[in-house]
Amino acid sequence: MATTITEPPQIDLSLADYSGNDGGRNLVPAEGDLRASRDHPLEPARTGMWVTLGAITMSFAALTSALVVRQGVGMGWGHVTLPPVLFINTLVLLVSSVTLEFARRSLTRYAQGSESQMAVPMRWLGITLSLGLLFVAGQYMAWLRLKSEGLYLATNTNSSFFYVFTGVHAVHVLGGLAGLVYVMSKLHRLVLRRSTFAAAAQYWHFMDILWLYLLFLLWTKI
Amino acid sequence: MAQTSVRAVAHHAPPQGFVRKYIFSVDHKVIGIQYLTLSLVAAFVGMALSWAMRVHLAWPDVRIPLLGWLSPAGAPGGVMTPEYYLSLMTMHGTIMAFFVLTAAPFAGFGNFMLPIHVGAADMAFPRLNMSSFWVTFVGFLLACATFFIPDGPPLSGWTAYAPLSAVGPVAGPGQGWGQNLWGLSIAMFCIASLLGALNFIVTTLDLRTKGLKLSRLPLATWGWFIDAWVSLLAFAVLLPTCLLLVLDRLGGTSFFIPGGLVFNDQLQPHSGGSPLLFQHLFWFFGHPEVYIIILPAFGIVSHIMPTFIRKPLVGGWKVITFSEIAVGTLSFVVWGHHMFVSGMSPYMAMVFSVPTLFITIPSIIAVLVWVFSLYGANIRFATPLLYSLGFISLFISGGIGGFFLAQPSTDSYLHATSFVVGHFHFTMGLSAIFATFAGFYYWFPKMFGRMMNEKLGKLHFWITFVGVYCIFMTMQLTGFAGAVRRYSALVDDFMIPLIPANRFMTVAALLTGAAQFIFLYNAIWSRFKGRKAPDNPWGATTLEWDTTSPPPFDNFGGRQLTVYHGPMEYDGEASVMQTSPEASVAGT
Ligand code: HEM
Ligand SMILES: [Cu+2]
Repeated sequence: MATTITEPPQIDLSLADYSGNDGGRNLVPAEGDLRASRDHPLEPARTGMWVTLGAITMSFAALTSALVVRQGVGMGWGHVTLPPVLFINTLVLLVSSVTLEFARRSLTRYAQGSESQMAVPMRWLGITLSLGLLFVAGQYMAWLRLKSEGLYLATNTNSSFFYVFTGVHAVHVLGGLAGLVYVMSKLHRLVLRRSTFAAAAQYWHFMDILWLYLLFLLWTKI
Repeated sequence: MAQTSVRAVAHHAPPQGFVRKYIFSVDHKVIGIQYLTLSLVAAFVGMALSWAMRVHLAWPDVRIPLLGWLSPAGAPGGVMTPEYYLSLMTMHGTIMAFFVLTAAPFAGFGNFMLPIHVGAADMAFPRLNMSSFWVTFVGFLLACATFFIPDGPPLSGWTAYAPLSAVGPVAGPGQGWGQNLWGLSIAMFCIASLLGALNFIVTTLDLRTKGLKLSRLPLATWGWFIDAWVSLLAFAVLLPTCLLLVLDRLGGTSFFIPGGLVFNDQLQPHSGGSPLLFQHLFWFFGHPEVYIIILPAFGIVSHIMPTFIRKPLVGGWKVITFSEIAVGTLSFVVWGHHMFVSGMSPYMAMVFSVPTLFITIPSIIAVLVWVFSLYGANIRFATPLLYSLGFISLFISGGIGGFFLAQPSTDSYLHATSFVVGHFHFTMGLSAIFATFAGFYYWFPKMFGRMMNEKLGKLHFWITFVGVYCIFMTMQLTGFAGAVRRYSALVDDFMIPLIPANRFMTVAALLTGAAQFIFLYNAIWSRFKGRKAPDNPWGATTLEWDTTSPPPFDNFGGRQLTVYHGPMEYDGEASVMQTSPEASVAGT
């Protein structure tokens, strides 16, 4: 492994024609100035997020087909009433997507210079984060509710699938929250790239859509 | 936003210190070598397991003291029980299929070469890349750990069919914590593969250097790129499948365990689960998985051949690449051919049989491309080419078996015989291993800056090539004769006549396995004592040969590359580098 070490490559901007020739180099100014950060048309963060969402979709499609097949077998299906708190959670999650869009807007205004306070986008991000946490807490309450009705993971197939779907979704939401924290820390240090924000936001909105789908699925199947 | 005074920084600086440089390294080249090393270790572990099984099949009374020491219960006095035979088989399959065949040709070579092939300084997400490797590593340790826990390794095969794999310790030795660790290990492998696939896809899409249109992509990179997509979609299904399996085992659910099931005289407290559901989910992953293993091999062989036959492949980049895409796509609709005799509806068998025959078409096209390209070529028989030709031969030999297996009627006889075992060792196991060897001999100079010994390489090739035919052709024939797969002893009347054939296979396996130490010796010796490698020892044209051997930390020493040609600019002695503005010689 005799890899020789050289100096980090410097980008000559006159050469970088943004045709995909940046070799993975970061375009954030080292000294941290959000207004000077440039975006690359081909952003790994954005492409990567599309690919990630594709994989997540595939996983949930697999679980859905498992549900359909397993229900077709028909035995031990049982009944579960959706805890009403789920509908409040849904609302919370939808609102969080709106607040995230507010964050994006104020961030754009800040980057363009028409907004002088960095605290504004930060505040919207904070609100989004809290709403996300509220959602997870609400899901936890839904589980407690089922538990109080004597419906555990293994009680019947229906409750099994309920816990699996909501649990796996909640894990993904926690991942999204981690993403938001990451965005906030980048923003705090003024090294946030727009594509990073875009990717985190895309993921967050996707969690919304996924949740609506799951709610519909659980509602029709259960 | 168009500020001109942006000072761009390198996207990661060269690492300092031993740990950052060689252990927790984010450099794709180091990670590639780590993957290859892991696979090499895994391959020797897997081979040792296969030796133990083969010796037992041929001479059931022979004592293997090491086994007795490893598991006093599984191999009392060094003679394995039928259950322990199954455990060894399970771990052989798991380690080989995942940690060798999936890891080496894709993650190993792909990591090292793909960023260089596209002219980038590293993968798109270097830190994710590092975590892929370490998650794989922990997964491998978990798999190995099953040998050392009291329970022993699981015995449900690499396919872990439910309900055997789902009910827990009552199903036999290894079905307690052994199977749990197995599930965890495979789940980790899934996560690592997903992260790896993500990196491969994004790097290929976004980090290509100037002028490197998709049509100019080196063929190995095409293989990895297509493979990454298949990997992404297939492992995304295996991961939730592992979750459901683990929930059945530990959470008391009944996804895969039917009601009224009695194991060891104990009624299982489950109801209504579907073992067929597990098979569907597993094979929805499992069939693409076999192509996940073989697509990088397609790519590597297509990449290497033009260099040594000194001409482009027939049909240019298009025919071979489109057949790879077709194979990758179709691999998602044929999984049911593994389930013809599972109790699935016979109409469904028909539904899966037809696309299975369709998928042979692009496979055959690929084979024809390689074979026809040899016509009229001025061939240089170096070790990498020998291994590529070996790959083609083995792939054909195994693929022909596929036609018999793809017919539900013939499969109902051949299923669960050693014919299937022979079939997939040819198509998947050996073909991928041969392509890996081809890649290893080809890229070793670039990776380590030294040439490997050609004489030893050829010796290794010929012994291995003849050896594997002796083993696996015989295995297919015994399968025709009815030898049952996964039996630990040949005791039935109809199997006793097959004992001599089995002894022959065992001797061949021991010899072929021993020949792998020639390779090991060659690799280690050449690494330190081999002839110093020039930048471009084979006279090849792709970007990895346009930098030093080994490449510097950022791959090209800060040079901005522009690509003018496709990867197959060969015409006899003449060739043109992809980065050279000279006129094309191959007329592409
Ligand atoms: C040429 C076209 C091919 C056809 C028509 C074909 C068909 C089949 C069929 C029908 C089976 C199921 C046999 C049974 O279990 O009864 C099978 C098993 C298998 N095939 Fe193929 N195959 C082909 C090529 C390949 C290739 C290229 C690979 C790997 C790269 C492969 C790997 C496997 C494996 C691993 C199994 C057995 C898995 C197991 O049961 O453990 N096959 N093949
Ligand atoms: Cu298959």
